[in-house]
Amino acid sequence: MLANQIGYYSLILGLVSAFLIIFVSIKNFNNTNQSIDKRIFSLSFMQFFFVAVSFLGLIFSFINSDFSNETVFNNSHTAKPLFYKISGTWGNHEGSLLLWLLVLTLFIFLFLIRSNKQPKKYRIVTLLFQQVIIIGFFLFLLKTSNPFSYLFPIPKEGLGLNPILQDPALAIHPPILYLGYVGSSIIFSSSLAAVTQNYISKAWAKHIKVWILISWIFLTLGIMLGSIWAYYELGWGGFWFWDPVENVSLMPWLCLTALLHCILILEKKLPISSWVIILSIATFTLSMSGTFLVRSGILNSVHTFANDPQRGIFILVFLFILIFLSLIIFFVFHKNNNQEIVKTHWLSKETSILINNWFMMYFLSVVLIGTVYPIFLEVLSSEKISIGPPFYHKLIVPFLIPFLIFMSIGPNLNWIKSEVTKIRIQIVLLFIISLLISILILRKIGSANLINTILISAAFYLFFITIKDFFSTKFKNYPQKISHFGFSLLILSILLNNIFSSEVITNLEVGEKFSFKEGSITFESVKNTESKNYRSIIGYFKIEDNKKNSIRLKPELRIYDQPAIITSEADIKTTLYADKFLVMNLIKDNEYFNVRYQVKPFMIWIWISTLLLAIGGMFNLFQKPNEK
Amino acid sequence: MKNKVILKNKVILIVLLLFFTFCFVVLYKGLNNSNIYIPKTIYEKTLINFSSKDLFSKNEISSDKIFIDSEFYILNIWASWCLPCRYEHPKLMQLSKNSSVKLIGLNYKDNPSNAKKFLNEFGNPYSMVITDKKGTISIELGAYGVPETFLINKDKKIIKKFIGSLNQKSLKEINLILK
Repeated sequence: MLANQIGYYSLILGLVSAFLIIFVSIKNFNNTNQSIDKRIFSLSFMQFFFVAVSFLGLIFSFINSDFSNETVFNNSHTAKPLFYKISGTWGNHEGSLLLWLLVLTLFIFLFLIRSNKQPKKYRIVTLLFQQVIIIGFFLFLLKTSNPFSYLFPIPKEGLGLNPILQDPALAIHPPILYLGYVGSSIIFSSSLAAVTQNYISKAWAKHIKVWILISWIFLTLGIMLGSIWAYYELGWGGFWFWDPVENVSLMPWLCLTALLHCILILEKKLPISSWVIILSIATFTLSMSGTFLVRSGILNSVHTFANDPQRGIFILVFLFILIFLSLIIFFVFHKNNNQEIVKTHWLSKETSILINNWFMMYFLSVVLIGTVYPIFLEVLSSEKISIGPPFYHKLIVPFLIPFLIFMSIGPNLNWIKSEVTKIRIQIVLLFIISLLISILILRKIGSANLINTILISAAFYLFFITIKDFFSTKFKNYPQKISHFGFSLLILSILLNNIFSSEVITNLEVGEKFSFKEGSITFESVKNTESKNYRSIIGYFKIEDNKKNSIRLKPELRIYDQPAIITSEADIKTTLYADKFLVMNLIKDNEYFNVRYQVKPFMIWIWISTLLLAIGGMFNLFQKPNEK
Repeated sequence: MKNKVILKNKVILIVLLLFFTFCFVVLYKGLNNSNIYIPKTIYEKTLINFSSKDLFSKNEISSDKIFIDSEFYILNIWASWCLPCRYEHPKLMQLSKNSSVKLIGLNYKDNPSNAKKFLNEFGNPYSMVITDKKGTISIELGAYGVPETFLINKDKKIIKKFIGSLNQKSLKEINLILK
């Protein structure tokens, strides 16, 4: 009750501080004083503090199961474990927006204290843009999705959190992803500020690179956690479904990856400044459109969020105000400082980074069209279509081949100009080896077509080259090497995983044995158990391969009381070579169970390699500039 | 030269602004009619034949026996675990008062005892509730998820389909057809 009130008023105070910050900043802007008014720092901290209090208030209401709060009533239940009561705070629409706001205010505060070497006017303008975004979110929260709505009469029991969301990976997935999204808002504000102050310079590039890296790392980790959750919890045996909500997180990532590479050029010289700004604007706009697409319910997706057109309209209007604002600022203020045109050779690091950007933009447009085209088509011709994995695979896979090949060449080129040296025997040899491996692999499974052969050899080639580069002394950029190695491993694992996955689906009753080509499944017994907020049926299975090696798997069916829902928990045995994945489902009044057994090779390497990608980024963050 | 560049920039800006305005209008419209789907009249789809168990009597009934003796039918896919279904339930109760339409509930991937509890608690608007434990009937019907509502005429043709929970607007549209 009390926590509820404190939370609500604290939120309003946060909004008030936003206006105060704007007022003080504008006064401070025309001041001749070289340093920023100290009051701005305190106000910015106060704002963060108020939102934090409000957020803690909501957590407190969740822990106490205070059902006079509508958000708590809709998403919690007294019988829920404490951990999920807390994570339930941001597992719903209202709470997750409050978390978003918390990160926004934290980041702008950090930005202020971290940017003390930058010009004062640039910092103030960044702060102003960021406050506009913050105010937008405050209004959105207070007007359409107040997390502290009061319910009377007070219900005795809550409706419970969707059990699918009761998972450790998902508990930390939203906060991490938001850190990535919100980081991109700083990039957005700061690049607009830099445009207005005509401060697009090498110094700016160095300074903003840190924020780009931070959001990129968190976005990478956030996407990975989401896909780990999908793999373990949804029980479909896949890790990426091209679901709109997944696409929406992939789009800013692609954009940010392009930006990350571009900022490296800008650090050295200026000709691509316009492109960097467009990318900065696009990254944040894509994050925001993601919020719009997911929260407004305009898309049908496996992720269920509250579906409220009023919210949709608010975000839509806000999103387009930001787009128009940034377009106008860009065209009015941006002066193309093309005076120092540096001629770059066709074979140079710049060219290869630009090629990287072209590919990123291509992948981005495929994903973007696949995600929003159904909406446009429906409005324009009232036809309803659904775009699935085949669309993305057909459009992306062929273009991966040149992408992988360019990626293996690019990092080894010099800035400005590389000599076309004699083609080294080593590199040719590696390519032939990759080709041979690929042919052998595809022979083994008997589906050798040309495109697969080339694709897999390109992936192997990149893999070998990145390993070779690790030991080469030409460039000492280890963070980049780690990330690129991670990426090559990721592509390779995904491809091999796709090719070698096998699946057996059958209906079994207790005591029955099913034999297939590679072995047999025996359904030994079932056991019923009770837990705090669910009952479970555990099946005991023995899997034997042809060499008499056996493993035991025990998948589970959980029957939750609040809300009443049945989830199937797959049992997965993970080894370095493959995951063995078994999931069972109820059919026809409990006599038979539907059993799906899958072998997924190199699953663990997909997670490890994504982690490597992010670790590379982290290394870059902590690397001192003089070590480069 | 300089003027040319400025003019070019202006043109680009205007084109971009127009483009984004177009996107805005499309998305705004999409937001408003995102959950109503009207099949083209020429291709009005006939309802598939299926058979399913009655929730209460547990008897197997084929769809020929269900869609008989009424002017209009509403087939509503629902589940006790689905929150939007709770939201739309009062609207179904309202519709059930109209005698020219027969409401049929298709209970989707649900536990029968929970489903019965749900109907006891909130009222039963359906003249018949059939079960779809595996979710296959809903897939055959072309449903996206729960809740979803089909308006069917006496020739077993699907006239309208509502994705997501029914709201005032969709209710008005149904009443317009039923009269």
